[in-house]
Order: sequence, then structure tokens, then C-alpha cells
Amino acid sequence: MDNFIAARSQMALSLGFHIIFSCIGMVMPFFMAVAHFMWLRTGNENYKNVTKAWSKGVAIFFATGAVSGTVLSFELGLLWPEFMKNAGPIFGMPFSLEGTAFFIEAIALGFFLYGWTRFNRWFHWFTGVVVGVSGIISGILVVAANSWMNSPAGFDYINGKYTNIDPIKAMFNTGWFSQSLHMTIAAFAATGFAVAGIHALMIIRKQNVGFHTVAFRITAIFAVVAAILQPLSGDISAKFVAKNQPAKLAAMEAHFKTEHYSPLIIGGIPDVENHKVNYAIELPGMLSLMVNDKFDSEVVGLDKIPLKDQPPVAVTHYAFQLMVALGMAMLGISLLYLIALFKWKQWLSQTWFLKIFVLATPLGFLAVEAGWTVTEVGRQPWIIQGVMRTADAVTPMPGIVYSFYLFTAVYFSLAIAVTFLLSRQIKMVPEIYDHQPLTLKAS
Amino acid sequence: MIYVVIGFLWISLLIYLLMGGADFGAGILELFTSKTNKSHIRKISYQAIGPIWEANHMWLIIAVVILFVGFPVVYTTVSVYLHIPLVIMLMGIIARGTAFSFRNYDAVKDRMQWVYNRIYVYSSFITPLFLGVIAGSAVSRKVDTVAGSFLSAYVYDWFNWFSFSVGFFTVALCGFLAAIFLIGEVKDDESKRRYKRKAVQMNAAMLIWAGMIFGSSLADGIPLLKWLLGNIISLLTIISAAIALVFLWIAILKDQVISMRFLAGFMVTMLLIAVTYSHYPNILLLKNGTELSLLHHKAPDKTIDSLGIALLIGSLFILPALFYLIYSFGKKDQQEAV
Repeated sequence: MDNFIAARSQMALSLGFHIIFSCIGMVMPFFMAVAHFMWLRTGNENYKNVTKAWSKGVAIFFATGAVSGTVLSFELGLLWPEFMKNAGPIFGMPFSLEGTAFFIEAIALGFFLYGWTRFNRWFHWFTGVVVGVSGIISGILVVAANSWMNSPAGFDYINGKYTNIDPIKAMFNTGWFSQSLHMTIAAFAATGFAVAGIHALMIIRKQNVGFHTVAFRITAIFAVVAAILQPLSGDISAKFVAKNQPAKLAAMEAHFKTEHYSPLIIGGIPDVENHKVNYAIELPGMLSLMVNDKFDSEVVGLDKIPLKDQPPVAVTHYAFQLMVALGMAMLGISLLYLIALFKWKQWLSQTWFLKIFVLATPLGFLAVEAGWTVTEVGRQPWIIQGVMRTADAVTPMPGIVYSFYLFTAVYFSLAIAVTFLLSRQIKMVPEIYDHQPLTLKAS
Repeated sequence: MIYVVIGFLWISLLIYLLMGGADFGAGILELFTSKTNKSHIRKISYQAIGPIWEANHMWLIIAVVILFVGFPVVYTTVSVYLHIPLVIMLMGIIARGTAFSFRNYDAVKDRMQWVYNRIYVYSSFITPLFLGVIAGSAVSRKVDTVAGSFLSAYVYDWFNWFSFSVGFFTVALCGFLAAIFLIGEVKDDESKRRYKRKAVQMNAAMLIWAGMIFGSSLADGIPLLKWLLGNIISLLTIISAAIALVFLWIAILKDQVISMRFLAGFMVTMLLIAVTYSHYPNILLLKNGTELSLLHHKAPDKTIDSLGIALLIGSLFILPALFYLIYSFGKKDQQEAV
């Protein structure tokens, strides 16, 4: 493995790891806030127990997300010093604001986790909401920094020099809104389906049914709403990509030939050498329609893009297809949930219905990882779209491959550790939070 | 505005050294104590540090963000040539942050606790050690940006006596701060005596490693004495730090918690002023005789301005919230003790 590939792999690994923890850290506080609110309002102990149980999980995920985020702020320099030397002053603005948001989140979390008996109940509830809101703001800011790499703004690049720097313009680059929106909704859908799935499994196993039903209903509704909104935000994102990064769009779609009435290609195996896609379903004119709102409009294909500026087509295409497929699956499940909610309420506690949610547990996070693959691999060979190549940004230090092995080992162990801790949390629910269901179990 | 930014960078480092230092120190004390005391330190440090645990470590992130936005050349030079100690430090940060939270939030308290504790205490030692190594290397004139070989470009920059002496000094300082902090957190005489003994040991270690720093600076031709005694500010602050240490011991003997903490904080502040002022505005002294300066190697004005404003606005939110957090948990603890 050469240095460059090792650096890219390490970065991909670190981001791929961090993204899961940051999504959970961002979204779980809202689930908690709802459960916590319901407890304060109704006095139903199940709500309180669910809030407490979730807060333990959040503490574990937050700590892991915080350290993996700290690591990333160093890795940017450790792996991509050439990039950071030039880009730091331009796209750093959201990071400096994110420092504040994240700090507030950490402070609020201190209040929330340790303040159960110490503060006014509603102040305590409010600190939990602050954790969530500042988490969302952090997320939006970090994604805005990433979208600057896709749609650079706020500087002039003249003769290899970055001049006329305007950090505010850089922060509000054209992609910030569509990308942050897509990511935030994705975080809700992914975390919602993951948590709902776990609780659904416990209901099927008839363990602490009251407790897990409360937890399932709260998370499912978040997941459902997010999954229904996501295709709309996906459409905004696709139009942005088509306009700003035609090479990325072409790779996502494995769209080799520039043409009017461009077809939407679903699935298939891209044959890069012969510029075609085998075994795909083609919907004529649909790509043109989706991108430009007109059937007969022209969509740029890979033939118009020099080979040296093309992203890896197969990876981007597969990742995109996977993301869309998973998104559609979640949309379908969500519509089913709405039908159950408004028409056939009894479904909500039937095993077949819960089983669908159990199967859907990993779907959201798989889609998140696939989506990040699309946006990151699809931007290649650029680290700053059209301005700096990733290969020119990498550290001169040799032997990054060993660092990659080290990080792989560490993150792999951490993933195992967190899964282990989570399973123990769930296993301990009957003892710590919920004693009554023993009778429920018997009946 | 550049001075606002430099001010924030300095203050984040100071607070990280004090607050982060004390909680690294709690882990260091746990490492260097008898088996029976370990669980006592664990309990007391969880109660005292738990609520502000995450916040303590934000200061490092703030400092890093200021560096990469405001002083990108400094950030990238450090990242490239001190890559290896940085990675070791990061491993320490990962291990420590996760082990602390795992041991407190694992629903089942069984033999896994032993694993978390091991990881936690060793990483509490390694992380400040390498933070110190990196700080020492930055001023040691060993960072070789024009080196021909791997070893001289990426290893000898930091793998030397001076850098490691600074590292071990930092570890001892953290342990000392934690001992001072914990004296005020415990109520019974026996525990107080225990942490006073720890403070003596850590203070002794600090003096030994300070001696090592001087020794290695002489051997390596680093003009440390000139830095610390050659200008009036550094001279005065060093003297103040020494006087503060004397008063600190008086306060410890007399059991005055507030003065103890104040004097320890004052001493560290003075030390940090002494070592940073003697190089100011330089932050990285390179082997080839050049320096990276906070005034010359900064980002364009517009970036510095918006960074400064972001930090000012940020501190309006952060500082009151943080003070309230520390205040309310400090106050409630006293009430419970009564």
C-alpha cells in the first residue's frame, strides 16, 4: 500500500468511524428530551427509565465521538498538511464556531448527566435540549466545512496563490445548505432506525415490554418523519451536484455519454473500459428530468471530463445505488408505519411488523456510510474541487501505512468495546430500570 | 485582533494545563498509589471531575482550531515533523477518554473494570508525557525541516533528553496539581494526609525533572538560562513562581484549601508566562536557525479578524455556562458534605 492510499484509507476509516458516533450524539439527546418531557408531564415511570437508560448510552457514545473528533482535528494536519496550510485560513470559520457549539454541548452534558437530583426539573430537562441543539449546530458547521471542499468559495486562486480570502463567504459556500440538510436528516433517520430496531427486538422477545414499547414509539416516529423527508433533500443535493460537480454526478450515475434525454441508470455493473453499464435498468430521460426538470435537457457525461479529472466510477456508482436503495427501503417502512399509526393501530404491537424494524436496524447507518463514500470518493481526484488535488496535499512523511494499521486496530477494538457495552446496557434493563415486566413476561 | 487570537491561544493552553492537567493528574496518582488507595482516588475523582470531564478537554480542541485557522504554517509544520509523538498522544487521548466513560457507564461492574482502569491510568501518564515532549521539541531547535533522512526528519526532533525531560516534568506537574486539588475534595484527616504525601512526592519529581531539563539543555546547547533569566518578565515570573511554591506549602500545612488552589494556579500561570514570553512571538524554533512566529506566520487579516470575533462571541456563551457548571457542582458538594 503506498503512502497516499494509506493516508486516504486512514482518513476514510476515521471519518467513517466518527460519523456514526456523531450522528448518535447529535440525535439521541432529542429522543431523550421527548421521553424526559413525557415523564415530567405524565409521571409515567417508563418514560423516566427510558430517559435514564438512553442517557447512559449517550455518555458512552459522546465520549467516543468526542475523542474521535479530537483525533480528526489533528489528522487533518497529520495526513494533509499541504491542504491545511492553504485551506485552514479559508474554511476554518465553521470550525472556530463549532469549537463553541461543541464546548456548550460538553458543558450541557455535564449538567444533564450529573444533575438529576441537583436542579429544577425543567432546568435539567432544558440542559438536555441544549445538548441536542448544540450538537446539531456542530454537525451543520462541520458539514459546511466539508461542502467547501466540494464547492470552494471565498478566495481567488491566482498563479498557485490563495488570495482575497473571505472566511464568511467560504462558510456560506453554495453547497452548505443542501449538504447539511441531507446529513442532518440522515442522522435522524439512521439513529432512529438503529435504536427503534433494537427496542423492537426486545419487544418481540417479550422483555420489559412497557419500557421498550415507549422507547420504540418515540424513536420510530423520528425515523419515519426523517426517512420521508430525506428523498426531497436528496433531490436538492442531486441538483447541486449536477450543477457544481458534473464529474461526481456522472460517476454516481455511471453516465458515460453526454446526451439529451439522459436515462436514469438503476443498478448495473459499470464497464469503465467500454464506457457502458451492463445489466442496468434504464429509465429514458429521467436523469435529465431529475437534474434539470426537463426531459430533453443535456446532462454532462464522463466523455466530456478528462480521464485525469474523473473520480473512481465503480465505487461511486455502487455507493450511490446502495444509498438510494436503502433510502427507498426506509421510505417504504416509514409509509407502512404511518398506515399502522392512522389506520391499523394493532399492527404496532404485532410481531411481523416489529420484525421489519428489527431488520431495518442497520439500514440507516449503511446509507450514511454509502452517502459519505459518494461525496468523498466522488470528489476525487480533488481535495478542493478544481483547485487542489488530493495527491498534492498528502504528508511527505513515509510509512503512513503503519499509522493506518494502528488506527484500524484501535477503531476496530473501540467498535467492539462499544457494542459490548451497549449489549450490557440492554441486558441490565430489567435489573436497573424496570422491575414490573417480570409479571408482564409471565402473562 | 491578532493579539486577541494569540491571547485566546495562550489562555486555552493555560486552562488546559490547569484543568486538563489536574484530571490527567488524577489518573497519574491512581497509577502511583497502593492498591487500597486506588479505588478511593477513583471514587473521589469521579465525583470531583465527572461533571466537567468533557469540558476540560475542549480546551485542547480550541487551541488546535486556533492554530490551524490562524497559524496554518505552525500547525502543519508541527503536524509533519512531530507526527509520531502526536499520534502517540492521540492514542492516549482516545484510550483515556473512552476508558473513563466506559468504567463509569458500564452497566455491569465486573472484571472489565480492571481492564478500563489499567487503560485509564497508563493513558493518563502517556498523554501528558507526549504533550510535554511536543512542547519541548517545539523550542529545542531540533525540528529539522530540511533533513535528509527519516530519522533526523521525523524521530530525532523529539526523541531526545530535553524533550522527554519536559514531558516527565509535565507529568509530575499534573500529578502535583491533582494532589493539591484532591486535598480540598476530601474531608477526613487520613485522606488529607495521603494526598499531602502525594503532593510532596510529585513536587519532588517536578524538581528532579526540572534539574533534568536544565542538564539536558546544557548538554544540547539550548540557552534555557538565558531564556528564563535574560529578560525581566521571565525573571520576575520565575521568582514569583518560586515564592508562590513556598506559600503553597505553607497553605498546605495550614490546610487552607482556597489559598492552596489559588497559589497552585498562580504558580503554573507564572511558569507558563516565563517559558512562553521568552520566545514570544516565536512559537517554533527550527534546527536551521529560523523561527515560526505568531506575528509573521499568521493567516490573512480577514481570517484573523473573523477568528477573533468568533472566539469573543464564543466565550460569551462558554465562560458563564462553564462557571455555572463548576459553581453549582462545587456548591452542591459542600452542601452534601454538611
